[in-house]
This record gives sequence, C-alpha cells and structure tokens, in this order.
Amino acid sequence: MNRFTATRRPSRRDALRLFSLPLASGVCVSSMLLAPAVQAQTMGQSKLPRIVCVSGATTEIAYALGAEKQLVGTDTTSVFPAAALQTVKVGYMRALSAEGLLSLRPDAVIGTTEAGPSVVIDQIRSAGVRVELVDADHSWGEIQRKVAAVGRATSRTLEAAALQAQLDTQWAAVLAHIAKKTSHQMTKPKAIFILSHTASPQVSGDKTAAHAILSYAGLGNALAGPGNAASFSGYRAMTAEALVAAAPDVIVTTTQGLESSGGLDKFWSRPGLALTPAYKRRSLVALDALYLIGFGPRLPQAVSELHRAAYLASLGYSA
Amino acid sequence: MTHSWRASLHRRASGRTVLTVGIVLLVVSFVTASARGAYAISPWQLMSVVWDLLSGSAIGPGQVQTSPEHLVFLNIRLPRLLLGVAAGAALGLSGALMQGLFRNPLADPGLIGVSSGAALAAGITIVMGSMWFPELPRTLGSWTLVLMAFMGSLVVTFLVYWLSQQDGSTRVGLMLLAGIAINALAGAGLGFLTFLASDEQLRSIQFWLLGSLGGARWSAVALVSGIVLTAVCAGIMLARPLNAIALGEAQAALLGVPVERVKRLAVLVTALAVGAVTATTGMIGFVGLVAPHGVRLVAGPDHRVVLPGSALLGAALVLLADSVARTAVKPAELPLGVLTAFVGVPFFLLLLRHFKGRL
Repeated sequence: MNRFTATRRPSRRDALRLFSLPLASGVCVSSMLLAPAVQAQTMGQSKLPRIVCVSGATTEIAYALGAEKQLVGTDTTSVFPAAALQTVKVGYMRALSAEGLLSLRPDAVIGTTEAGPSVVIDQIRSAGVRVELVDADHSWGEIQRKVAAVGRATSRTLEAAALQAQLDTQWAAVLAHIAKKTSHQMTKPKAIFILSHTASPQVSGDKTAAHAILSYAGLGNALAGPGNAASFSGYRAMTAEALVAAAPDVIVTTTQGLESSGGLDKFWSRPGLALTPAYKRRSLVALDALYLIGFGPRLPQAVSELHRAAYLASLGYSA
Repeated sequence: MTHSWRASLHRRASGRTVLTVGIVLLVVSFVTASARGAYAISPWQLMSVVWDLLSGSAIGPGQVQTSPEHLVFLNIRLPRLLLGVAAGAALGLSGALMQGLFRNPLADPGLIGVSSGAALAAGITIVMGSMWFPELPRTLGSWTLVLMAFMGSLVVTFLVYWLSQQDGSTRVGLMLLAGIAINALAGAGLGFLTFLASDEQLRSIQFWLLGSLGGARWSAVALVSGIVLTAVCAGIMLARPLNAIALGEAQAALLGVPVERVKRLAVLVTALAVGAVTATTGMIGFVGLVAPHGVRLVAGPDHRVVLPGSALLGAALVLLADSVARTAVKPAELPLGVLTAFVGVPFFLLLLRHFKGRL
C-alpha cells in the first residue's frame, strides 16, 4: 500500500518546476481582475445567482472560482474538494429529480450531456431554470467550455477568464514537457486502464475519458488505437485472455477500484494480470477517479502525474 | 360464532361499499400526494393553483401563470400524479384480469411477458441503440426508449400468446408455461446486456428496472391515460365472463360465454395498458399482484367488484408509494419499484392476517 501511495505524489521539486510559473502569473492576473469583482460580491451577496452542479468537474470549477456560497446543490459524483461532500445532494446525475432540484430554487443547473433523464432536464428548463450541459468529448475544449459555463452561470466571467488563462498555461506546459520526454522514444509504453468499481472489472477502449487521458500522458492504449486489430470503443468487460494478448507495460486504475478489489495484492491476483509484462515489474498507477478521468480543472496535474508515474513504473521504478 | 361483533367485522363487505371506500381512498391519496413534494407548496398556494386551474385562468391563452409554484405544480407534480393513477390502475386491473384468466393467485401482468418484453427492449435501446440505430433518437428524441419498450412488450406478449395456441384455441396452461419460459429468456437477454453495458448504461438500465414516475410529461400522460382508460373500460366489461370462467372453461362455454374471445381481449387489454405504462415508467413491481388480492380478501371473488376495485386500490397504492419516493430523500429521489413493495407488502400481510380464514 505504501508503495502505491508513494507513486501518487509527484516530488515537490517537480511540482514546483511545472506549476510555479503559470501559477504565479495566474495569481497576478486574477488578483488584478478580481479586485472589483470581490467588492461587488461582498456588496451584493444575496443577489448572486444560485447554481446546482451535476458533475464532479463543474463543482470543482465552482469552488475554484470561489462560488461555493452560490452552490446550493451538487450531485453524488461531486466529491472534490471535501467541502463538496457537505453540500445538499440531488442524487446521481443520471437519475435527477425535477421537483427535488427545483426545490433548491437554483437560477442555473450546470453539468455535462451525460446528465439526465432528458425528460427531467426538459421539465427543469420548462420551469424557467437555465440548464447548461457541456458536451463531454474528452478534450481540453471540454474543460474550457465547463469553466466558461460555470463562469456565466455564477456571474463570475472575469474569474472564469482568469482561471482559464491559468489552466491553459499549465496545460501547454504539461503537454510540452510530455512531448519533450517522449520525443526520443521509439515506442510509447502500452497501458491498459482498468475500471474495477464493481465486481466485474471493465477495460477502456477508444472514445473514453480514460483513452484520452492515456494518450495525453504519452501512453498507448494497449486495447485500442490505429493498427490494433482488437480495437473497440467504450468500456468492455475484462477477459483474462484478451488482457494477456494485449501485453500492457503498465496498468492504470483508480484508487477507488483498487480499494474495492481489496488492495494491491488482490488486484494483481485477478486472472490474466500475472501473465502481462506489467506484472513482472508490478507497474501499476492508481489515481483518484474524479482526478484522473473527471475532466475537471486538475486535468493538467493529473496528466503530468500519470505520465511521470507510468513512465517510471514501466521502467521498473516504483518512484 | 360466540363473538358476533367479530363475525360482523369479518363479513364480506358489499360491492358498492368496497367501491365507495376505494374511490374515497383514491381521492384521499391523490390529495395527500399533491400536497407533498420536495418543492414546498403551502396548502394556500395549492388551493390558488387549483382554483386557477378550475376557473381556466391557468391554461387560458395569454393568462399563463408564472409563479414558480404554479409551474412546478402544473408542469411537474400534477402530470406525475396522473401518470401514477394511470399506472396503478393499469397494473391493478391487469393483475386481476390475469389472476381471473389463469385461475391462479400467483398470476400478475408480468406473467405473459409484458414487463420483461418492455425491459428487454429498453435494455437493447440503452446498450445497443447508439450502435444499431444511431439516427433514431434524432427524430424521436426521448420518445425512442418509450416507443421501443412499448413495442417490445407487445412483441413478447404476442409471442407468448402465439405459443399457447393449440387447435385454434388458447390453452391457458400452455400460456402460463410459455410465459415463464419467455420471461426467463428475456431475463437472460437483459443479463447479457448488463454484461455488455458500460457503467453509465448500467445505471440507466438499473434506473429503468426499478421504475420511476419522474419522466411524466403532459404528452406522455395524455397518451398513457387514454390507453389505460380504454383498457379499464374494456376490462370491466369482462367481469361477468370471468366470473363464469372461474367455474372452469368448459362450464363457462356451456353458459354461453365466448371463452376464446374473452381470453384474447384480456391479453390484449393487459398488453396495451401495462405495456404503455411500463414503457413510460419502467418496471413497477408488486402492484399487479397485491391490489387484486387486497380487494378479493375484503370483498370476495366477484369480478364485478374485484376488477374496478383493483384499479382503484392499485392507483392509490402507487400514489402513496410515489409520494414517499419523492420526499424521503429529497432533493434526490428513491426508485418507485422499491417503495411499491415496501408500502404494498406490509399492507398485504396485514390483510392476510386479518382475513386469513378466507383463503
């Protein structure tokens, strides 16, 4: 257990090198921009629009924009920051209740197109509440749209622009760093993403958030991509033989999945895993689910952490 | 009979009394359910909404009320209550029809494949929809799932009916076994779909299997209640023939009952009513089983009372269960199918204990 928690944390020096510059510039810009807005906020606190966030990422953004006082409800996927757990919960984002949501008297509801059922979304709209659903296409643009949507809905467009500028700089730095590191390599390490929150673990193919994250982090998806005969889209139940055939160099999973499988040893003892190259070096990266595949404002951080941990793990170092 | 007061308590209530009590129960549950909800609407506001509704000013052109209470009640809560009434009535009545037709106390509308057919079609639409018919939701929108589920229920019911044909007549015993077999097959199909489904699709299937009235909108309510109203009228007309069939099919035929036509009509009524309801609300369990037994325990086996009584009791049961579903964990919502069992079973056991001498 110790070993894998060690994998999760990038070293302090690394983090500093990556984020100090953009962060500093971001803080400068935002503090300049924020000053009048903060004043306005303290003056007209009660008049600021009330919002309900029905996706983990938009809730994070609301907190990042300092709009937590305007956040009157969140869904069950909103688990970060810890304060979000204390907000009123409107249920799972796919099983919303129109009357329940409206009882919080929000001015806007923000989530992704995965929210539903669609009839309930229509009902909320017909009651005069603005509903903004961001298309989840697993790209950087998705995060930009989420930040803009939360900014608009909370009347914090200036803060949103500042946050976006800061995130864009961070993202560019992370991508440049990964491109530099991977440029001299002939082949990318092949990874498999395993989602094992339930009893039947699933692996991710093409067109999934996990696939996008793997490729951003400079890893190949051993189960999908050009030239792969067994390529498939979406998530699929994991079979032992397909796992062996894919021969991954590194396994990526979520800490929640690791916990529900009963720890590191139990996880590795799943059928097929012992016959993969990844097993020989025990190369496994486990990160928080929302952090890793939630496509929230911590994406640059998550991608850089995954990149670093996966490359070290695939070389046999356990960081 | 030393305790004559006990005997009088246990005497069967007359049909008219039972139906009057049923109507009162339904009205009381409707009023209770309309006053309860996550969105706080005070009795005064409720009365003003109802007054506006009755005097026509809420729906008249150019007179649209825009207070949030009006919008929530008229657009969300009221259609939901009406869908609950339609769903409960359809399930209760069809349960009584099936129990009468099969002469089997365990029969419920699901037995002839209505629910499992709808569930299988819904599962296929959720899991395979984007792959097999990606352009369909573009034209049908959120109606895709409803229509597919309705069609699924009709197709599977017809299959069961067709399998039970022998020498030009419907063999009820065969229909029961064919129903069980087809249900098992549909269950396996659904199991296979949950295996294929992604995490999100699994959530959608689960949501659908446990039932919810949350998808109530006026267009769906109008469509479903139209079908259910027709079905209830047609179903109640089957009361006398079903009383005769209770003696045995041969006896009923000797009494001049067109047995074959009665069977066909009962299956058709169940398929249409329960199919339409299940397609819009998902699977609502237990109502079809418990409502007819409740009425029968109190009023005896006369179908002239059992059929309308089951519709009334079923509607009341669904309304009460749904008002708990809407408010117990507000602002979130509990699945309705869980609550119909939670509300229905204690009620049923209470009746069983009280009237155990009648079984």
